[in-house]
Amino acid sequence: MSLPYLLRRLGLAVAVLWAAWTVSFVVLYLLPGDPVATMAAAGDGEQPSPAELDALRARYGLDQPLIVQYGTKLWAALQGDLGISFATGEPVRSAIGAALPPTLQIAGAGLLVAVTGGTAVALAATGSRHAWLRQALGAVPSLAVSLPVFWVGLMLVQLFSFRLGWLPAVGARGPGSLVLPAIALGLPTGALIAQVLAASLTRSLQSPFVTTARAKGVGEAAVLLRHALGTATLPALTVLGTVVGNLVAGSVVVETVFTRPGLGRLTVASVGVQDIPVVQGVVLFAALAFVVVNLLVDLAYPLLDPRITVSGGAR
Amino acid sequence: MTTLHPPPELRDRTPPDPAGTGSAGREGPRRAGRSGGGARLGRFLRRRPGLVAAVVVVVLVLTAAFVPALLAPGDPAVGDTAQRMLPPGPGHWFGTDHLGRDVWTRVVHGAALSLQATVLAVAVALVVGGLVGLAAGYAGGRLDELLMRGVDVLLAIPAILLSLALITALGFGTVKVAIAVGIAGVASFARVTRAETLRVRRSLYVEAARAVGTRRLTTLWRHVLPNAAGPVTALAVLEFGLAILAVSALSFLGYGAPPPASEWGSLVADGRNYLAVAWWICAMPGLVIAATVLSVNRISRALDGEWGRSV
Repeated sequence: MSLPYLLRRLGLAVAVLWAAWTVSFVVLYLLPGDPVATMAAAGDGEQPSPAELDALRARYGLDQPLIVQYGTKLWAALQGDLGISFATGEPVRSAIGAALPPTLQIAGAGLLVAVTGGTAVALAATGSRHAWLRQALGAVPSLAVSLPVFWVGLMLVQLFSFRLGWLPAVGARGPGSLVLPAIALGLPTGALIAQVLAASLTRSLQSPFVTTARAKGVGEAAVLLRHALGTATLPALTVLGTVVGNLVAGSVVVETVFTRPGLGRLTVASVGVQDIPVVQGVVLFAALAFVVVNLLVDLAYPLLDPRITVSGGAR
Repeated sequence: MTTLHPPPELRDRTPPDPAGTGSAGREGPRRAGRSGGGARLGRFLRRRPGLVAAVVVVVLVLTAAFVPALLAPGDPAVGDTAQRMLPPGPGHWFGTDHLGRDVWTRVVHGAALSLQATVLAVAVALVVGGLVGLAAGYAGGRLDELLMRGVDVLLAIPAILLSLALITALGFGTVKVAIAVGIAGVASFARVTRAETLRVRRSLYVEAARAVGTRRLTTLWRHVLPNAAGPVTALAVLEFGLAILAVSALSFLGYGAPPPASEWGSLVADGRNYLAVAWWICAMPGLVIAATVLSVNRISRALDGEWGRSV
């Protein structure tokens, strides 16, 4: 892997982040709506005087022309300063930092559920000897993506917490509280993984090296697990960025359903009070996760698949 | 070259071959006459009971949205407190809620708002995304590059977060939620429309139109647009299912219509506090959402060339 290639990919990643920041700026600051009035009204119910509103606007830099705001905010963001929350006055970066650990926990657990579940379904759906089982399992992913995540979460709570009493319904204490949110969060993601993996498994089962392995007398299970799965995993890796983005975004609904603290709850609360800097920070974080994972996948790809060579100069 | 961000599987939801619905296959089958077509339709549907069920569900949902009284004559806002939290049974086959209101009636009357939001969302995504894709694919060059980079960026932000950012700026309400969901869906429409436009633009009849001196906009409107429409329609139906889910999730979070009005998502949210004692208040509206999305997805798959492949 050449250095110019590395630099070009890094530059591209930074450009996407900058553009995502710009999109969120355009959406949040250019569209009509007066966050300062909302903020003041949310306080004590007293109508603030126009002078007080102006003072507030000046405090958050909202009195300046938009292009100036864009410049100063972008410059600050480049130095890692995402502004301060309208609602709490806390720096956005520390608010996100504080909300991150519980979200990373359910996202990690959700990823585990999605990868193991998705892989198992894909393997069974392509490798089973019974046609009816293949067909039934092939339909599972499209069923799973049709279910509303919030509803799945509530039904899991009803069944496993209220009816059977196995797991806690709400909160974030102990590993047991992680199980149900992880399933709800991992379900649509696992369906995506299952779909992509099943498609690439089918392709790799038709490739010459599988025929060779079969001709040598390797058993079907070994062909599937040892020969086909390895090459089939690589194309599936490319959805990892989307998967991680979905897990972060899915926390919005899942944390609300299970009343857990985290990034999702922070987002929901911030949307409710028009806390623009926090919402922008969350959007930027999700884009960062997406970009970083994609960068890593792109860089790891040629190392994992010897057939791919990276051409540094071309395009 | 390694792939950049989203994988091909996600980028191009274009069906592999739209020939079955395109203009090319028009002469042959039509000759066979009407009765032949009817028999084929019957055979097609008889082999696909799932598709028939899907069509029935969608017809029921449309009925609920336009003439709710036909399916549920009662008043969704009036409850009989003597009949609080009755489980599903003969009288109330979706049960009753904590105020004795019939859950079925509430679901049926909630269909209109939920469906309006969904239709508006898909329309926004289709029109804006379609125009962007058409412009990019037809103009090519710099404009294409610029527009598609913009689309790439939109894809880097998870849809629900983009919607939430838009709601932060626009405020709450059914229409605003719909617009927010629609804008979040622009990127995929832009991609597919662009891909189709590129395909059609290179075709012989477009070249012929240009050769006889048709103006650019006329060519675009009369020749490129109608021929690029097939896969975009299939995507629109698919997007419909996604939009129902997105709209109901945002409504569940409380960003939709304010309380007296009810949408499917907010109905599920209403039942949350009674989950331990009356599961049906939550379960039934959610089940209806799931059934609708499943049916729409099934129909999308049927539109996506299944008819053309079955002979």
